[in-house]
Amino acid sequence: MAVEVYKSSTKYETFSYLPPMTAEQIRQQISYCISQGWNPAVEHTEKDNSMSNYWYMWKLPLFGEQSVDVVLQELDACHREFPDHLVRFIAYDNYAQSQGMAFVVYR
Amino acid sequence: MAVKKYDAGVKDYRETYWMPDYVPLETDLLAVFKITPQPGVDREEAAAAVAAESSTGTWTTVWTDLLTDMDYYKGRAYRIEDVPGDDSCYYAFVAYPIDLFEEGSVVNVFTSLVGNVFGFKAVRALRLEDVRFPIAYVKTCGGPPMGIQVERDVMNKYGRALLGCTIKPKLGLSGKNYGRAVYECLRGGLDFTKDDENINSQPFMRWRQRFDFVMEAILKSEAETGERKGHYLNVTAPTPDEMFKRAEYAKEIGAPIIMHDYITGGFCANTGLANWCRDNGMLLHIHRAMHAVIDRNPHHGIHFRVLTKILRLSGGDHLHTGTVVGKLEGDRASTLGWIDLLRESFVPEDRSRGLFFDQDWGSMPGAFAVASGGIHVWHMPALVAIFGDDAVLQFGGGTLGHPWGNAAGAAANRVALEACVQARNEGREVEREGKEILTAAAKHSPELKIAMETWKEIKFEFDTVDKLDVTNK
Repeated sequence: MAVEVYKSSTKYETFSYLPPMTAEQIRQQISYCISQGWNPAVEHTEKDNSMSNYWYMWKLPLFGEQSVDVVLQELDACHREFPDHLVRFIAYDNYAQSQGMAFVVYR
Repeated sequence: MAVKKYDAGVKDYRETYWMPDYVPLETDLLAVFKITPQPGVDREEAAAAVAAESSTGTWTTVWTDLLTDMDYYKGRAYRIEDVPGDDSCYYAFVAYPIDLFEEGSVVNVFTSLVGNVFGFKAVRALRLEDVRFPIAYVKTCGGPPMGIQVERDVMNKYGRALLGCTIKPKLGLSGKNYGRAVYECLRGGLDFTKDDENINSQPFMRWRQRFDFVMEAILKSEAETGERKGHYLNVTAPTPDEMFKRAEYAKEIGAPIIMHDYITGGFCANTGLANWCRDNGMLLHIHRAMHAVIDRNPHHGIHFRVLTKILRLSGGDHLHTGTVVGKLEGDRASTLGWIDLLRESFVPEDRSRGLFFDQDWGSMPGAFAVASGGIHVWHMPALVAIFGDDAVLQFGGGTLGHPWGNAAGAAANRVALEACVQARNEGREVEREGKEILTAAAKHSPELKIAMETWKEIKFEFDTVDKLDVTNK
């Protein structure tokens, strides 16, 4: 069997080894996080700052938000204002005092 | 208060240590032993003997017993139960007052509980099945240096299990060749690589060269991928001084995580190292070499759920728990029981998973369950279903054995993991639909496609030797 070369490239942690998600796939992931009781949030940063712990918060976390559409609108609004930035979705799990989920939506 | 007089001689243990009406205190340490007695020894006497020999008793009355309050300090056998499906043995429950044990010392607790009593002639075999540590005792122990939640923040990994790989061959690589294997795995998409437990500091590769070359591999792969990486640098050593020397050097060069073998290295060394890690901001991966010598025989030894509790108290951020599906032994329900003991804050009694007591860990952090040994991409759906997110899934041969090399093997595993997590979150049953999920993911990943073709025939379907007692016989 012919051996093929594996080329490394910049990645963004969870789900960054999969192709970019479709709108419907993003919707399903956000829906899952809300169903877990987690709090949605949106963050963004310059592309060369992706390894930093601290990205810019887009407004405040959407505490208690149950509408996937509202979360999608905020992700979209952030992307429109910062089209060159990475935009990630975060779900805060306040019982574990951690993030239940985080993935980059616009990369 | 009744006055006692000294009466020399041998008394039946049951007169002092069998207390069927005793109601255990919240602060008591509780233990359940599986006793296989010698012929002719009745149940209550054997249970009382175990309680006595694992606490205050000796074979004869001594006058100095009367200088203390033996009724306070003695262990009490308080219940006996049949073992389902096995008439050769029975369960004996023993309560120990908390003041029998030094605070924060699993060394001291187990020197009592599994000390001389295991060689005691009146029992033919003895197994410590479970221990309930009272929350008052748990609070005296340090536990995991960082715990699951802090490790996620430090390593920036959320919403999925972590991926690892043990570097092979186990023995014989030079430091530089070894670092190469690490670098290839990490740049391909793994979060961690791991020293094999046998790797300490042998003539073919001394620890210092390994640490230096591995650290370069970590930094280079982080720069290329933009993701945080680590390698478990094994600091298990012949002496505690040497162990701490290696740990200090790992910290000096900026390594995020080190590793220790807590059974061969010993509970004393492990607790000391865990405390050092907490003080120095290092993660601690724990391997369990020698555990099967102690925990595999259904009639003698210590059950792994107890060894799990020992480690959580002594300290470690990761612990190998078996895979259920790979090449090594592990019953599914039983494994789920000790995974909970490792990760959750409160674990209720559940005999269907082998848990004999409620166990309250209070605020003690949990540790990641590590699934390692004979697993590959085809096992991924089952692993995600069984272990959930708070686990490190370690593919050794399943990464390094990829026809295109380590980086491609790593990428295949990462794609498979993320595809399974994505599918699970979409509400799909990943174990049942595993083949469709992986096949779809492989359309975008030639590395995964080749991995699936390479390993599709491999299965491990031997029967488990140590089953839960409900299914024995």
